[in-house]
Amino acid sequence: MSQITKTTYQLPIGPIHPALKEPVMFKFEIDGERIVDVDVELGHVHRAIEWTGMRRNPIQIIYLAERICGICSFVHPMAFCRAVENACDIQVPERADYLRVFHGELERICSHLLWAGVAAHEIGFDTVLFLTWEMRERALDLTEYLTGNRVTKAILTIGGVRRDIKPENIPKIKETLNYFKENFEKLRHVFLDDKTFKMRCKGCGVLTYDDALKLCAVGPTTRASGVRKDVRADQPYAAYSDLDVEYMTPDILTGEVNGDVYDRIIVRLLEVKQSLDLMERAVDQMPSGDIVSEPKIPKLLNYIKKTAGEGIGRDEAPRGEVIHYVKFDGEHEEPFTWKVRASTYANVLPWIPMLKGEQIADIPIVAASTDPCMSCTNRVTVIDKNKRYMLDKEQLHKLSVEKTRRMMR
Amino acid sequence: MADEKIQKKTTEKKKESTNKQLSPEEVVKYFKDEFKTKIKSAEIKKRATGSKKKEFVNIWMKIDKSIFKDFIKHLCGLTYPHLAVCCGNDLGQDIELVYNFSIYYGKNLQEISLNVGVNVPKSKPEIETICDWIPGALITEREKQEMLGIKVLGIPDNRRLFLPDDFPEKLYPWRKDEQTMKGIEKLYKNLHAGVKKK
Repeated sequence: MSQITKTTYQLPIGPIHPALKEPVMFKFEIDGERIVDVDVELGHVHRAIEWTGMRRNPIQIIYLAERICGICSFVHPMAFCRAVENACDIQVPERADYLRVFHGELERICSHLLWAGVAAHEIGFDTVLFLTWEMRERALDLTEYLTGNRVTKAILTIGGVRRDIKPENIPKIKETLNYFKENFEKLRHVFLDDKTFKMRCKGCGVLTYDDALKLCAVGPTTRASGVRKDVRADQPYAAYSDLDVEYMTPDILTGEVNGDVYDRIIVRLLEVKQSLDLMERAVDQMPSGDIVSEPKIPKLLNYIKKTAGEGIGRDEAPRGEVIHYVKFDGEHEEPFTWKVRASTYANVLPWIPMLKGEQIADIPIVAASTDPCMSCTNRVTVIDKNKRYMLDKEQLHKLSVEKTRRMMR
Repeated sequence: MADEKIQKKTTEKKKESTNKQLSPEEVVKYFKDEFKTKIKSAEIKKRATGSKKKEFVNIWMKIDKSIFKDFIKHLCGLTYPHLAVCCGNDLGQDIELVYNFSIYYGKNLQEISLNVGVNVPKSKPEIETICDWIPGALITEREKQEMLGIKVLGIPDNRRLFLPDDFPEKLYPWRKDEQTMKGIEKLYKNLHAGVKKK
């Protein structure tokens, strides 16, 4: 960028923005309407969770890990528990493996439907937002019915799960699954057949196969670019290895891979359907038996305290791979090291090639298309040469809606 | 254009996937033959899961710092790895960096987790960047710089990532020495000492 003949201007978005569920700061270099360059700043909600965790015992960390993310409140403690199980060689009963799959997939449905609503809102389809969130409510109801909570489920423990699915719970589960199956077609039709959705999302925010691979992108973001990467299918964990999970890439449906926003929608919708199928099979095939290998927590903690070792837990969260690393020194109850890597951490760099060359009005949908797990926008300051004016959340959203309306004409 | 490129890459990838895949034991042997004693230790851990008791594989390796860059080069030659994250342990005299790679993804249940540990002396905490081989490593390398005080040589972007600009220089939160503990305590203890009671 030449400083002397500068024709571009800067557009900072964030740290607070509704397309981003947590604070993150984008600095755009804009030429007219086009994005020339992007810089991403992180750390606005760095809560020192890892630092805190290294001063807690593993059972306390489960509940701390649950609070890393309100949407992935199952998969983070799951990755942590698996890391501890790997480090200390703790076995998990078969039934617990199936229960883990069930709850993991239920969370994926909640998360993908939440995202679908947000994506529709970003391009000005608020009816679709209410349609998807109404469906999501049923998934949340089921979560509440089975775990007692809607968000932080407190279902996991080291070596198993805390609550079983009893025979009397099955009818309610079947009823909810049937509801989703009946309504899935409606959702597919709205997102994939609609002319305006296609116009706004096709060819927009492209991430090439090469970039996705090199930038280590994860989850639906990387699968939409054709990279076959899904921890559930790559490596046997929980009961996924019994259930034959397939890689959901957009070519399954359309026969081609474009790596754009539209493909990311396809991948997520395919995954909702896949999750329904996995949940159903997990319930049907669930073996009987214990749900936790060591129910006495003081005994478990004492065992962990005396064990030295390191382990990793890699899980497929709704947004992609989550990895937790723990190391115990064999003297202390608290872990010597606890490192968490959430999926958005790996999906930050791919934003840069996705956003370059797009228009300002496409920022919300492209940024939202990776389903970033960071918070919401209040205002945007546009610095145009010497003039400085504010674009608030409503105005930016309005720009996006106007683009949709223009295209519909 | 983009479509053609993706198609081309996909076919390339398909070709690549027909290459022979090494078993975990062969992976360890490959690196041991290549680097001899510079591979300080290698351990293969297998764990069975689910009803069918299929096993997943973790390889834990400790390598010497001098061969680190060469190791990454050989790894990329073997198959293009996915770098999950780089973790760090403060061991007192040394800082241990653990790079968590996964290889052979994309093939059902064939993946291997490869965890590579490198010790870096605290007196000269330097390591070479791997961004030239794996550009996606940038975020995790920037994090190691600010959290553990590792100097990543040749890193394309040297700025802080998570820590705020007003966080004290030369204070690295994940280190466990006394100096760091005191420095961190200063940041949060007696925060309201100066506030007068009514």
